[in-house]
Amino acid sequence: MSTKLKDLVQKPELLSGGHRMCAGCGGPIAVRQVLMGAPEGKKLVIANPTGCLEVSTTIYPYTSWNTSFIHCGFENAAATLSGAEATYNSLKMQGKIEDDYNFVVFGGDGGTYDIGFQSLSGVLERGHRMVYVCYNNEAYMNTGIQRSSATTLGAWTTTSPHGKESSGKPQHRKDLTAIVAAHNIPYVAQASISHWRDLVRKAQKAFSVDGPAFINVMAPCHRGWRYPMEKTVELAKLAVQTCVWPLYEVENGQWNLTTKVRNKKPVEEYMKLQGRFGHLFRKDGDREVLDKIQEFVDHEWKKLLRMCGEEEE
Amino acid sequence: MSWDISNIGQWTWKEHPPGAVIKDPGNSRQFKTGGWRTLRPIRDEEICNQCLICYMFCPDSAIKAAGEKITTFDLDFCKGCGICAEECPQNAIEMVDESKAQEAVE
Repeated sequence: MSTKLKDLVQKPELLSGGHRMCAGCGGPIAVRQVLMGAPEGKKLVIANPTGCLEVSTTIYPYTSWNTSFIHCGFENAAATLSGAEATYNSLKMQGKIEDDYNFVVFGGDGGTYDIGFQSLSGVLERGHRMVYVCYNNEAYMNTGIQRSSATTLGAWTTTSPHGKESSGKPQHRKDLTAIVAAHNIPYVAQASISHWRDLVRKAQKAFSVDGPAFINVMAPCHRGWRYPMEKTVELAKLAVQTCVWPLYEVENGQWNLTTKVRNKKPVEEYMKLQGRFGHLFRKDGDREVLDKIQEFVDHEWKKLLRMCGEEEE
Repeated sequence: MSWDISNIGQWTWKEHPPGAVIKDPGNSRQFKTGGWRTLRPIRDEEICNQCLICYMFCPDSAIKAAGEKITTFDLDFCKGCGICAEECPQNAIEMVDESKAQEAVE
């Protein structure tokens, strides 16, 4: 399958305009790029757990999805879609359905890292043939920017404020991509909207495997991260270039680095553009937190290089 | 499939489909979000080399292509975020004040 732009622009648009996501949102960019990797000639069933994407693309009586769509609760999108997939398999076996279907969940980090995690883990263990995409903007943006377990250390959110007693979120984020990889499913990947060819290729692979596939996509949110809206793709790119968000895939247990980073930039270059880290850069800012973030990123990057069999710098 | 919702304000519960099923895929096309825009992207067709990068980054599916080429920015849906102008490698897209752009057209 092609990842040439000239071929991708000719594919049908599966997410219509007219949705109510913010101007400059990274979420629909992630959705469009993933759907460009969907196989042609197959129909799609899409589910969303609660999140910006769900409430903004399916405001009754309008939907932006040119596919089948199931509206789910926060905790059960993966479970709901696994039921749809099992039903489809049964009907297909009985000859009651002719068309071929693929199943996709688009969940935010709240619906994936936290609230929907156990139903996701269940789906991965049971081995349903579906693609789970987490569009990760590192907080609960839909309800007004509350911290999630995907939020970076030191980030301001409404539930991790900064002030005399606090420098933003006190904990590091959890490594969900590695947790999913530990389920030993056929395909796991980490991607970013800025690296569109890499993401489309990963989506193509995810759709092609016989079993569950998971893609964790960096999709910045300018409302929650506090930066000008036109910088969404720029920030996604910087997340990769600073190794805050390395791009890799785990195919049948084999870890591969898909984007090599030469001349890794310091995390400050990525963080100083975002108001959510603004308190760390003030005169009285907590430099220690900045150092801790750099240390964490360096540590995780080295660990990843080892996992992927790459040479350390 | 068309699903006529022009009188939905007058519907009783009997007219609404069970489960609030939306019967027309992609019908948000009828909901124009162009009015959100304060800046309008203007593409200089002479500078644009049809690299198609902007198409990949539009959150609102508002950049329209025919064949292998960008044809137009659909102002019914473009919210004016400016990602296309920011990411254009040729700097062929300029964001201009929406009210001035409207005046210029009139």
